[in-house]
Amino acid sequence: MDKLVEVKNLKQYFPAGGSFLRPRYIKAVDDVSLYINRGETLGLVGESGCGKTTVGRTILRLYEPTSGKIFYDGKDITEVNMLPYRRKMQIVFQDPYASLDPRMTVGDIIGEAIDIHKLAATKQERRDKIINMLERVGLNNEHANRYPHEFSGGQRQRIGIARALAVDPEFIVCDEPISALDVSIQAQIVNMFEELQQEMQLTYLFIAHDLSVVKHISQRIGVMYLGKLVELADSYELIFHSVHPYTRSLISAIPIPDPVKARNKKRIVLEGDVPSPLNPPSGCRFRTRCHYATDICVEIEPDLKEVSTGHFAACHHLDKVN
Amino acid sequence: MENSKIKLSLQLDVDAFLPADPEEKQSLVVMRESVSFWRDGIRRFKKNKIAMTSLVVIILILIFAFILPSFYPYSYEQQIRGSENLAPMQYSEKELAIKAAGGDVFPHILGTDSLGRDTMVRLMYGSRISLLVGIVASVLVLLIGSIYGTIAGYFGGKVDLIMMRIVDIIYTVPDILIIILLMVTFKIPLQNLANTVPSFDWINRVGVGLICIFIVFSLLYWVGMARIVRSQILSLKELEYVTAAKALGSSNGKIIRKHLLTNVMGTLIVTTTLQIPSAMFTESFLSFIGIGVAAPMPSLGSMTALAIDGVYSYPYRLLAPALMISLIIFSFNLLGDGLRDAFDPRLKD
Repeated sequence: MDKLVEVKNLKQYFPAGGSFLRPRYIKAVDDVSLYINRGETLGLVGESGCGKTTVGRTILRLYEPTSGKIFYDGKDITEVNMLPYRRKMQIVFQDPYASLDPRMTVGDIIGEAIDIHKLAATKQERRDKIINMLERVGLNNEHANRYPHEFSGGQRQRIGIARALAVDPEFIVCDEPISALDVSIQAQIVNMFEELQQEMQLTYLFIAHDLSVVKHISQRIGVMYLGKLVELADSYELIFHSVHPYTRSLISAIPIPDPVKARNKKRIVLEGDVPSPLNPPSGCRFRTRCHYATDICVEIEPDLKEVSTGHFAACHHLDKVN
Repeated sequence: MENSKIKLSLQLDVDAFLPADPEEKQSLVVMRESVSFWRDGIRRFKKNKIAMTSLVVIILILIFAFILPSFYPYSYEQQIRGSENLAPMQYSEKELAIKAAGGDVFPHILGTDSLGRDTMVRLMYGSRISLLVGIVASVLVLLIGSIYGTIAGYFGGKVDLIMMRIVDIIYTVPDILIIILLMVTFKIPLQNLANTVPSFDWINRVGVGLICIFIVFSLLYWVGMARIVRSQILSLKELEYVTAAKALGSSNGKIIRKHLLTNVMGTLIVTTTLQIPSAMFTESFLSFIGIGVAAPMPSLGSMTALAIDGVYSYPYRLLAPALMISLIIFSFNLLGDGLRDAFDPRLKD
């Protein structure tokens, strides 16, 4: 398998006030390494504020990383001019209401990408491309002259996807693309993502906070907690043989559509809230809410260890958890 | 049992299940005509009776100030001997003689002043100057303020910090005082420039006083505009469609032009319209204290100043320009309010 996108030791700190001599930083992403194979979907889950969106945006260099390296197709893109890569890497946003310019027609929104990368020689060609994109996401040519406010949330998300597809990318960061939609439309959009992946050989980084959706679409899943990757494994492996206590509690929270089974299920309920990323706990970041925490968790930060082939977890007490 | 008489049948009418033909499909499509932001705004504006009335009044005033003087038989600096201090619609003895001889004399609708100049035509020219000052100054303020505010807001951080501190400093300066000082100091160098450099002789044609007012306005009054634009840009640039444009590879200039400025356009129009009356007010004030436009060019302010001397004998001379100022400022304010309601509903609260 060849790695299309890879990040190594990615750190993203945002300044958060403090004095001039002692600036404070929000450690949104702290030392995350992962890779995505060509044609695969990597799911990234975690609570809100755990840094999963930041990882996605930093890969696209929408934020400049504090440290660490980003590779695309084997080439280091941490410090290069991104313009040629903007064609290959795209993003679909969470909020379909904020992600479309209200003063532009849908045709112009999609056409913007075509204009920037000069993908159409004539006006007719540009128009054909726009209509082709619209049809690909299940809209039609009549919609090109309309404004975003005339569409529903699901339709707007389709427009956002069409915009990302207009440059014919290889890799798309899906930044919680379905969280703002209602459930019936979620299914449509997820299915569309899968169809498009087949058709266009796309690679996805699929960010979400809903494990049940992610396990459906992803081949592999990464779990993040407070800026750290705590577990990374194949979807099946992660759902049925998770080893990290945080992942286990997440999985136990997936609703089961069967009342008999649901009654017998034991939920692992975490105590307390996520600590502030301004001042994360020492050692293991999850220790403040972990049932297994001991002294070693306070002192030493656990590394990602390979527990079985392709299954990584960061915990000191893997043997005890199992 | 009536119902039992109806035979239960699973026989269905096949015709009801035929696929719809294109015509039928077309009739089911319900679509409103596509509305752009502008059309929507104009529609809302047209519904606003007060704003439409003030727009009509402004258009009438513009005709009065810019077109009528060309057809008017008198000119603003023309002194008619023997016709001094006439009351409205009054004729002098000379003019009466001409009329008696069968000649035609255009009436002095608002009378004449102490130098025998027709007040009506002076009122037209005065309105022209006031409007010119208001509009040109507002456009200058718009240009400088929006460019400055956009740069500060878009680049943020240290750039923003330094640029906005400069704005704060300009804000603290007492503006009328500075305007007066600048007017006095600018006047002579400008006059020299106009007289010595041939390519600058247009300054004399426009009038040194007016140029001074424009410079002073563009130096001082853009700060309010800059602040409004900056705050709008600050919130707009965080929206995801701007991030999306960045992800597509848009340059900063393109993002500002295509995504940010188009979205603050409503605010810009409204703020500029509301800036016009305030600029006119300052100009009238400056002319009233005698440092605005140079005589014999009238402005509404200088006309009121001249009329003050004879206010007990000739009150209409004061009333005419004063009413004109009020009318113009009032209708511009109402127009601005109407535009705000139509194009920038967020500004209301």
